[in-house]
Amino acid sequence: MKRREFLQTLGPAGIVFPALINGLTFKAFAESPLVSALTQAPTETDHVLVIIQLNGGNDGLNTVIPFDQYDKLANARSNIILPQNKLLKLNGTSFTGLHPSMTGLQTLFNEEKLQIIQSVGYPQPNFSHFRATDIWMSASDSNKYVNSGWTGRYLAEEYDGFPTGYPNAVMPDPLAIQIGSFVSPAMQGPSVNMGMAISDPVNFYNLINGIQGASPNTRGGKELTYIRQVAQQTTQYGTAIKNAAAKVTKQFSGYPTGNSLADQLKIVARLIAGGLKTRIYMVSLGGFDTHAQQVIANATDTGAHARLLQRVSEGIKAFMDDLNYLNAHKRVIGMTFSEFGRRIKSNSSGGTDHGAAAPLFVFGHYAKPDVLGKSPEIPLITSASDNVPMQFDFRSVYASILKQWFCVPDLTLENVMLKNFQNLQVIKSSAPCMSSNPDIIPAIETTLALTNYPNPFQQSTTLSYQTEGGYALIQIFSTEGKLIKTLLDKEVTPGNHKITFENEGYSPGIYYARLQSNNQQVTRTMILGR
Amino acid sequence: MKKPKVLQRSKKGNFSGQGSFRTLAGIQQFAAAWDESTLRHLLRRTLFGFKQEDLTAWKGKSMAEVVQLLVSPSQAPLPPVNNYNDAYFSDPTVPAGQTWVIAPYDGNANGRRNTSLKSWWLGNLVQQNSSVHEKMTLFWHNHFAVESVDVNDARYMYRYYSLLRKYALGNFKELVLEITKDPAMLRYLNGYQNNKNAPDENYARELQELFTLGKGPLVFYTEADVRAAARVLTGYTVNATTISSAFDPNRHDTGNKQFSTYYQNKVILGKTGANGAKETEELIDMLFLQGETALYLCRKLYRFFVYYEIDAATEANVIVPMANLFRTKNYEVKPVLELLFSSTHFYDPVNVAGMIKSPLDYCVGLCKEFKMQFPDSSDFANQYLMFDYIRTQSSNMQQNLADPPSVAGWPAYYQAPQFHELWINSDTLPRRNQFMNILLTSGYTRNGKKIFIDVLTYVNALSNPENPNLLIRDTVAHLCAIGLTAEVIQFLKSILLSGQSTDSYWTDAWTSYKANPSNVVARNMVLSRLNSMFSYLMNLPEYQLS
Repeated sequence: MKRREFLQTLGPAGIVFPALINGLTFKAFAESPLVSALTQAPTETDHVLVIIQLNGGNDGLNTVIPFDQYDKLANARSNIILPQNKLLKLNGTSFTGLHPSMTGLQTLFNEEKLQIIQSVGYPQPNFSHFRATDIWMSASDSNKYVNSGWTGRYLAEEYDGFPTGYPNAVMPDPLAIQIGSFVSPAMQGPSVNMGMAISDPVNFYNLINGIQGASPNTRGGKELTYIRQVAQQTTQYGTAIKNAAAKVTKQFSGYPTGNSLADQLKIVARLIAGGLKTRIYMVSLGGFDTHAQQVIANATDTGAHARLLQRVSEGIKAFMDDLNYLNAHKRVIGMTFSEFGRRIKSNSSGGTDHGAAAPLFVFGHYAKPDVLGKSPEIPLITSASDNVPMQFDFRSVYASILKQWFCVPDLTLENVMLKNFQNLQVIKSSAPCMSSNPDIIPAIETTLALTNYPNPFQQSTTLSYQTEGGYALIQIFSTEGKLIKTLLDKEVTPGNHKITFENEGYSPGIYYARLQSNNQQVTRTMILGR
Repeated sequence: MKKPKVLQRSKKGNFSGQGSFRTLAGIQQFAAAWDESTLRHLLRRTLFGFKQEDLTAWKGKSMAEVVQLLVSPSQAPLPPVNNYNDAYFSDPTVPAGQTWVIAPYDGNANGRRNTSLKSWWLGNLVQQNSSVHEKMTLFWHNHFAVESVDVNDARYMYRYYSLLRKYALGNFKELVLEITKDPAMLRYLNGYQNNKNAPDENYARELQELFTLGKGPLVFYTEADVRAAARVLTGYTVNATTISSAFDPNRHDTGNKQFSTYYQNKVILGKTGANGAKETEELIDMLFLQGETALYLCRKLYRFFVYYEIDAATEANVIVPMANLFRTKNYEVKPVLELLFSSTHFYDPVNVAGMIKSPLDYCVGLCKEFKMQFPDSSDFANQYLMFDYIRTQSSNMQQNLADPPSVAGWPAYYQAPQFHELWINSDTLPRRNQFMNILLTSGYTRNGKKIFIDVLTYVNALSNPENPNLLIRDTVAHLCAIGLTAEVIQFLKSILLSGQSTDSYWTDAWTSYKANPSNVVARNMVLSRLNSMFSYLMNLPEYQLS
C-alpha cells in the first residue's frame, strides 16, 4: 500500500492522534506542508525496470524458434531458415529454441533468470513503424490516440505534482532515464514528461567528467563552449547523476565492445548501483527493420539479424553479470520489446516484412523462468500477408510488471493502463514485492479448450469450448491480426458450450479463434475453404 | 594610429578562459560571395529573429539592396491603448481600446498603463517588419537608459520611446539634444531639479560618462567639468500635464562656465532669458568636438551588432573608420550602419555566431522565427496579455523592457570581461529552455486564447518537408547560426525516424498527414516527432547563438 493511501485511510482529519509526530496532533499535522509531502510519498520499493527497445520490428520467428513448428517454418521461409541443428536448446522445454547467436540469453534461461513470452501483440495491429511505436509507448488501443506514455502515467501516479517541488528529499533523482535517445514518449506523463534523456553515452561521460564537446575555432565556438559549460552545470539532476556515477569506480570487465546496447546498459548498471532511486530506464538498439538480406544466404545463422541478436544477448548477459558484480541484481527486472514482429513468410530479398505479434524477453534475478504461451502455430501453406496471431496483449505484460514488480494496486493499475488487462506471471513469487498470486498459469496447464467443426469450413463452423465459468471472450482474428469478429463477450457457466461462426463473406484462408476466460487463453486455427 | 590602452582594455575581454579568436578583416566593403549564409548572418544580427519568408523574399537581392532595406525606417506604431479595464478597475478618463498617452495622470491607472506600455513596446518588436528600426530603438534605450519604475508615469515613457524611435536611424547629435530635454530623462536623472541655487550634477555626469564620451582611458574630463556642465543645464522644467519640458530662465545659472584643458579650456558664456537654453547646444557641440564621442558610440554599435571584444586591429581597422565616417556625416547613424553591415569584417567567419542572444533576441526571435499568431488588434485586451507574457519571460531572463537595471543599461552590453555571456547563467538558461518547451508543447493559454509554436505550419513552409534530411538541413540553417556536428544532425534525424533507419518512413508519415490533415492519428504521428526534434534542437547551446 502506498503511504499516501495509508495516511488517507487513517480517518477524517479531525480525529486527534495525540503526539503523533513531534507532539503535533494529526489535525495540525494534516494541514502542515509536512503531511502533504508525506502523503505524496510514493510506494516504497527499490525496484528498477530496464526497458530495451528494439527499433524496427524484430523478427520474432528468427529469434525464438518453435521446434515443434520447425518444418512448417522452414517451408514458409526457406531462404532464411536457421539450420535446426544450430538452434540453442533451453532446459525444460523441447518446444522452444533460441537463435544460435543468443548464447547469453540461453545461459540466463538455464540459470532461471529469463522468461520468454510468446506471441505478444494487440488486436488490429498497425504495420507503420511510427504508429506501432506510438501504440507500444502509449499502451493505447490500436484505433485510439493517447498522448501520454505508460511509464509516464505510472510515474505520475507515484510522484504527485511532478515536476513542481522536485527534486526533493523523497525523490532526489530523475524519475526515469532514457539513454541513447531523446526522452521516450513512453515517459510522457498526463501533462509533463517524467523522464530525462542522456542522449548518447558520450554525453554521459562528458557530463560526469566535465568534458566539453569540440567547437569551432571562432568566436561562435568560444561562446558555444561557454554556454555548454553553463548547460552542464544546470542539467537538472546533473549532480545526482554525477554523484551516483562517482560511487561506482569499477564495473564488470566483460562488456562487449562495439555494442551500443551494451554501452548504454553499462551506464544503467552504474547508475543503479550508484544508488539512484530512478525506477525506469529505457535503452534502445536500432536496425531491426530487416526487409532484405537479414541473413547471409547459405549461412543463415550469420548476417545482419544474427549480429543484432548477438548484441542484444551479449549486452543483456554482460549487464546481468555486472549487476551481480555490483550486487544490484536483485533490484532489477528488464524487458525487451519491438514495435512489431515480422511476417511468417519471408520475402524474396532474403528478409521479412512488417508483421504482428512476436516474443519478448523478461530478464532478471526475479524473472519467472519459463516460456509463457505456446509456440506460434505456423500454417502448412503460407501467404505473404500471414501473421503470427497474438496470444498475449503487450499491455498485460506492462500491467503484470507494474503489479508484481512495482506493487501497484489494482485501482491505480487501471488508471495507468487505461483498462483491465490479464495478469501474467512474469515475476517469481519469491520476489519481495509480490503482492498477490498471478491470475494466469502457463498456457500448457490451461483447463480451457477450444475446437471447431467442420474445419476447413465454408458456410459456418461451430466452436466448442470448455471453461471453468465466469467471463469469457472469443475473438476471431485474420492472419494479418485484424479482429474480424468478437463472437462471445459475456459471463458463461462452467462446462462445455457451443457457438457458431458464420462466414459473412470473408476471404478464404486461415483464421484464428482466441478464447480468453478468467485469466487463461487458448487459440485455434480455423481454415475457411473456397 | 595606435591605441595601446584600448588594446589593453579589450584584452580583458578574454577572461572567460578560452582562446581568443581574432580577425584582421577591416571595414572595406565585403567582396566575397553574397549568398544565403551571409544573408542569414545579416538578418540574425539586425532583426529579432527572421522568418523563413524574409530569406525567400530577399535572397535574390544584392548585399547593398538588402542593407538599404534593413536600415530603412519602419512606420511608427499607433499609440498604446487602454487594455486594462477589468472587474476591479476602469480608467475613468480613457475608454477601453482608446489611447491613454494624452490622458490626465491617474495614480490608480498608472501601474496598469505602464504595463500596457511595456506590452505594447514588446508587441512592436514582434510586429516589426524586416527593418533594424526597433533593434536600434532598443540600442538607444540601452544607451540612454531610463527606468519606468523611477519615471513613474507611463505617459512619459511613451514620449521617451517615441523620441528614441524617431531618431533611431537619424542624427545622434540631435538625439543627444532631444534626450537632454526629454521629460522622462529630466525626471530620471533629476534634470528638472537642476537649478542655479542647487545644481544637480546627475545628468551632466552621465551625459559625458555614458551618453557621449564614455569613460575610456583617453577621456580626461574632470569633476569640475561635470559641475560646469551641470550649471549649463540648469533651468529645465517638466510640465506634468502636457508631458513636455520647458526652459525657465529664472532657474538658469547665467554665469560663465569654464571647462578644463581636456575641452581646450572652453568657456561657455552665461546667457540670460530664453537664450540660456542655447548654452545646452554649445555644450553638446563641445562634447561632439571630442573625437572620442564618435569612437565611443561606434564601439557600442560594434558590441551591439558584431562582438564584444575590440582588439587593436579591430579598433584600427573597424572602429576608427566607422567613427571617421560618423563625424564626416555629421553624426548621422544610418551611413555608419550601412558601412558596418557591408564590411568584410562583419561577415568574417570568426565573427559569425559569436553573439549570444539577448533575452529579447531569444523571446521575440521565437515569435518571429515561427510566425507565432497573436490575437489581432481588434482583440487588444488579449493581444496585450500575450505580448505581456512574452515580455515577462524576457524580464525573468534578466531583460525587462523599459526597466533596465540602471542608467548604464544592461551589463551584458558593457560589463567586461564577460559582456553578453552574462545573459547565460544557471538560472536564465533553464528559463529559456522551459519557455521554449512550453510554447512548443502546450502553448500558453489565457482567456481561452492560445499562443504556441506551430511546428506543422513551420515545417510545411520548408521546401522539402517530406525529406527528413532536407527538413533538418533547412531548419538548422534557419534556426542555428553555428553548424551542428554530423552526429547531432544524425540524432535529430533519429528522432524524426523514431530510431528507424529508412528515410521513407518519415516521408510516408508526412505524406499521409498531408493527405488527411484532419486525421488526429496521422497528425499526431508527425507532430509528436517534430515536437521532440524541435525541442532537442532548440535546447542545444547552439540555439543561443546569433
